Amino acid sequence: MTAMATTTPAPTVDRISPAADAARRVAQTVTDPELPMLSLADLGVLRDVWVDDGRVVVVITPTYTGCPAMDTMRDDLVYTLRAAGYHDVEVRTTLHPPWSTDWISAEGKRKLAEYGIAPPGPAPSAVTGPVPLVLTPTVRRVDCPVCGSADTVELSRFSATACKALRRCRTCQEPFEHVKEI
Amino acid sequence: MGFDNAYEAITEGTDDARWAFGTGFEDPLAGIDTTLPDGVDAAELATYCLGLGDDALIMSHRLQQWCTNLPELEEEVAIANIALDLLGQARLLLSRAAATSPGPGEDHLAFFRAEHEFRNVRLTEVENGDFGELIARLLVFSTWRLALFARLTEAADPVLVAIAAKGVKELTYHRDYAAQWAVRLGGGTAYSRERLAAGLDAVWPYVGELFVSGDAGGVAVDPATVREEFDGVLTQVLKAATIPVPEVPARPGVGGRYGRDGVHTEAMGYVLAELQSVARAHPDGVW
Repeated sequence: MTAMATTTPAPTVDRISPAADAARRVAQTVTDPELPMLSLADLGVLRDVWVDDGRVVVVITPTYTGCPAMDTMRDDLVYTLRAAGYHDVEVRTTLHPPWSTDWISAEGKRKLAEYGIAPPGPAPSAVTGPVPLVLTPTVRRVDCPVCGSADTVELSRFSATACKALRRCRTCQEPFEHVKEI
Repeated sequence: MGFDNAYEAITEGTDDARWAFGTGFEDPLAGIDTTLPDGVDAAELATYCLGLGDDALIMSHRLQQWCTNLPELEEEVAIANIALDLLGQARLLLSRAAATSPGPGEDHLAFFRAEHEFRNVRLTEVENGDFGELIARLLVFSTWRLALFARLTEAADPVLVAIAAKGVKELTYHRDYAAQWAVRLGGGTAYSRERLAAGLDAVWPYVGELFVSGDAGGVAVDPATVREEFDGVLTQVLKAATIPVPEVPARPGVGGRYGRDGVHTEAMGYVLAELQSVARAHPDGVW
């Protein structure tokens, strides 16, 4: 499967000029509505920025299909770019390739931990063909973002947002959230 | 140039008095190239996407009805999350169906179609039971849907491929959640075993229908081809749960017609009444 057509822009597209760079830097300042310590760029949601005949085109991808923050992200991008003087802004969505926690930058992972949310480890590699069934709770090492202990357990694969799991530290007893690997 | 707030920045020049936060971007496929590839029949693709979209919409609604009724907070959060994932899949698939045919858009498909126009399998619509029934239904549904989606990643339509590739990641942990609960209930007390077995008996009459090829089988994956994988996974889970595979006869359709043909059970009308009443009472409402 090749990339979707939206990511194959027309020849007038400019990603490299100082003007395109400047627009990209503005887009990179926009933060995630649910994880305000992370920019959309840190999160790997911001996929591309280019300028095409005076119009700034921003491409984003949803983390989860049902992510209710997508509309807010688009609004925030349009608002921030317009406030910086870019009148003609278009936000596009791409679904392919699907978002992976591997796209969260090293800086993003560091900020998550600093904020008390355990960052994801490496995402499971994509399988072709039938997806294997897992009948036992997944055991993976996740360090407590509060005290640093490795002795933590998963309470639930699900938490306050689609992208997080709920865990508890057996050393300091604190519950904490963990961005689960997908 | 400066704006006092995001509202001002976005409404500039649109003069839409009904504008509310977020409504400017109501199409979840906004900015995605929805051009049909050569050789894909638009009507068949729309029908195919409508079936999978309606499955997700109605299943999500049944799961949402569990909110505040689940036994523990962790399960509340889990089921709400799964319902949200499925609602997201429903929006994309209904939008794909809408973009493919000259008919009405995504919201209209969800809120203004009549019962016989819905194409969901009957498994998704039947009345909710107890927690054992919830786990049984979710196990059957997510096992079937994951097998289907994993194969859809090789479909001819790139939008459907992209929707399926995202869905596979979500359905994988939906299925693991249901399967792990099935094992726990099966290996738990006599009562938990009994409830899971009763739940499986309740949903089993609707299993056969999941694999009926239907009209649009040619456009993408034929559901008949995932029966073997489904049986294999269910056998593995039920063996670990020490529960026998149910032996319950299928609930017949009407003249060989099932949910995919728009023929539903009595429960469907009540689901739609709840799902659609607000939109139908305020047909010009924008949110």
